Amino acid sequence: MLKIENLHATVEGKQILNGLSLEIPAGEVHAIMGPNGSGKSTLSYVLAGREGYEVTEGSVSFNGQDLLAMEPEERAVAGMFLAFQAPVELPGVGNANFLRTALNAIRRARGEAEIDAMQFLKLARARMKVLNMPEDMLKRPVNVGFSGGEKKRNEMLQLALLAPGFAVLDETDSGLDIDALKMVADTVNSLRGPAFSALVITHYQRLLNHIVPDRVHVLSAGRIVKSGGPELAQELEAAGYAGVQAAA
Amino acid sequence: MPAVTETLETVQSVTDSGYKWGFETDIEMEFAPKGLNEDIVRFISRKKNEPAWLLEWRLKAFAIWQKMEEPRWAAVSFPPIDYQDSHYYAAPVQKAKPKSLDEVDPELLKTYAKLGIPLKEQAILAGVEGAGETPAEGRMPVAVDAVFDSVSVATSYKERLAKEGIIFCSISEAVQEHPELVRQYLGSVVPQGDNFYAALNSAVFTDGSFVYIPKGVRCPMELSTYFRINAKSTGQFERTLIIADEKSYVSYLEGCTAPMRDENQLHAAVVELVALDDATIKYSTVQNWYPGDSEGRGGIYNFVTKRGACRGARSKISWTQVETGSAITWKYPSCILQGDDSVGEFYSVAITNNRQQADTGTKMFHIGRNTRSTIVSKGISAGKGQNTYRGLVKISPKAHGARNFTQCDSLLIGDQCGAHTVPYIENRCMTAKVEHEATTSRIAEDQLFYCRQRGLNEEEAVGMIVNGFAREVLKELPMEFAVEAQKLLQISLEGSVG
Ligand SMILES: Nc1ncnc2c1ncn2[C@@H]1O[C@H](COP(=O)(O)OP(=O)(O)O)[C@@H](O)[C@H]1O
Ligand SMILES: [Mg+2]
Repeated sequence: MLKIENLHATVEGKQILNGLSLEIPAGEVHAIMGPNGSGKSTLSYVLAGREGYEVTEGSVSFNGQDLLAMEPEERAVAGMFLAFQAPVELPGVGNANFLRTALNAIRRARGEAEIDAMQFLKLARARMKVLNMPEDMLKRPVNVGFSGGEKKRNEMLQLALLAPGFAVLDETDSGLDIDALKMVADTVNSLRGPAFSALVITHYQRLLNHIVPDRVHVLSAGRIVKSGGPELAQELEAAGYAGVQAAA
Repeated sequence: MPAVTETLETVQSVTDSGYKWGFETDIEMEFAPKGLNEDIVRFISRKKNEPAWLLEWRLKAFAIWQKMEEPRWAAVSFPPIDYQDSHYYAAPVQKAKPKSLDEVDPELLKTYAKLGIPLKEQAILAGVEGAGETPAEGRMPVAVDAVFDSVSVATSYKERLAKEGIIFCSISEAVQEHPELVRQYLGSVVPQGDNFYAALNSAVFTDGSFVYIPKGVRCPMELSTYFRINAKSTGQFERTLIIADEKSYVSYLEGCTAPMRDENQLHAAVVELVALDDATIKYSTVQNWYPGDSEGRGGIYNFVTKRGACRGARSKISWTQVETGSAITWKYPSCILQGDDSVGEFYSVAITNNRQQADTGTKMFHIGRNTRSTIVSKGISAGKGQNTYRGLVKISPKAHGARNFTQCDSLLIGDQCGAHTVPYIENRCMTAKVEHEATTSRIAEDQLFYCRQRGLNEEEAVGMIVNGFAREVLKELPMEFAVEAQKLLQISLEGSVG
């Protein structure tokens, strides 16, 4: 599904990713762990196509397509979803309107009929009930005045409704209490299946108790320095990154 | 859904990009010769079979106009206008009342269809006998007055409104049928000599809408006027007069479009509102006159005087405008707050893209005690557009307890456009309170990226963010109009990013 080969990327002339390679087959969930500043968010932005994140070498193929040649919205409608580490506020833009517009953009790309406001509300409410989210979130402007935890919940609501083929979660669990953490896990787990893959970026083993990954990778200085099964996350928790890096 | 909403949706769905209302209707027209002089003023008055007092009123306006000069204080620039090179009267040739839709000039019908006015309303507007006054099923009725170049072609739902004692007709008809009301109020808010364009309008106005809501009546439907400039080398000078008697309420909407042409056409309208004790007038505009092409060729000069008088205690006048069209907009819908506890509101979104220029804002004159006013202005500049908010809050010594709150926000898209804020405050009353807030911002890269990451293309993303920016104003529009306005904002910004 996603194949990253020898990826090099710079931000403002600074080399951040240094030959990162990673393959995530369809149906698998992989986790990336790594110290602050190792390039985790940079990787997520490169995958989503953010301006200013320049790929200098390497390739990314997504379902056989050259991901790096696509515009951000083309990647999105092709099924690439990024749950932001710092979700952005859109003053005056209603959450429901935003979500419906996004959902319809994706449905259009899939050749499906657009849905109207009533149909959307029904769908959204049903999803929110399952995920235990308060309904009034739909009425509020996108992320404006949301607490840190609410912003992360909102990212999960979007993930749940847009149901992409691939999701990158950039430290969605940071700063969340245990209930919110479970909600994040429930959202991802509800999407798991043969046509869904995810890359879960996290600092903590805690989340991975709930979203059990197929593989865990350690990112350091812009490249994968170690990979393993779910037990690697536990080692990291015990020994810290320094131990793992030294061993690598 | 009202006619106007379907209008824009229909037109939008059948055409591709750019200005979607640029078609021209080939219809048999009657013109006055080009030029402006006393004889033309007399010609117009005679065509309309006006009483002597109105001709005198026009001639006085013309005499004043001749001594006046164009205002030059606005932050807009344009080559000199040759006022003699225009027709001051253009009207579709009136035939006998058609018996059925088949007898109506097909070109006129086509225009209505293109504007999306549903067939039922088309028949009513075309004056088909027996078309009745019931709206098509499942829709909120909206009474429509259609003004085509110089004349009002028809007004719908008149009889239904008449049952409530409401008068909604063209101003020409009001001059014939309700001369006492017209004579009492015409020019009472905007006198003939108020300004250059108002004087010109007073001399040559050809049509427009007239509304009277009797005491204690809440108008049961939205009233709307659809203005259309069609003919070449004509100006449009409509005159609208709305009177809300004690304890009455009315919500009125106007929409406007014009064909695409290389020439600049002048639109100099005057709107007068009068609210008596406890009356409320809500006046909404979606202005979408042809803005000219990307190089600034053609487009409407929209030089308009709109003013409302809150004459009665606790009366309220609320202006909401969405200004997306016109090459140049010069417009300051204002409120004269005479009655104690009266309220004035001004909510505005003005977009300038390409080479459009807008100098718009409001004036709030606080005269009565405890008068309150709110001004929310959202200016959006893109391309090489120039957008100026110009406002005056004037508080007289006797306006004890008066309050004003002004919020002016500017949004810039690209680096070749301009936004300017020119607020004047004259407060002569110790107990009055005036607050002013202003911001200027750009669409942030992270906002655009966030939207695009969710699948919106760049134009949709900009449209979404701009609509969010303008939300405080858009929420003041009647709901059906708000949907239309949101789409317009996005269309108006096409080509402004990327
Ligand atoms: N927009 C930016 N401008 C300059 N440097 C940046 C920018 N974004 C990230 N960096 C730098 O790139 C490195 C990796 O950052 P990031 O990808 O955010 O790391 P992580 O998410 O793993 O904490 C850091 O040294 C950070 O300072
Ligand atoms: Mg990060």
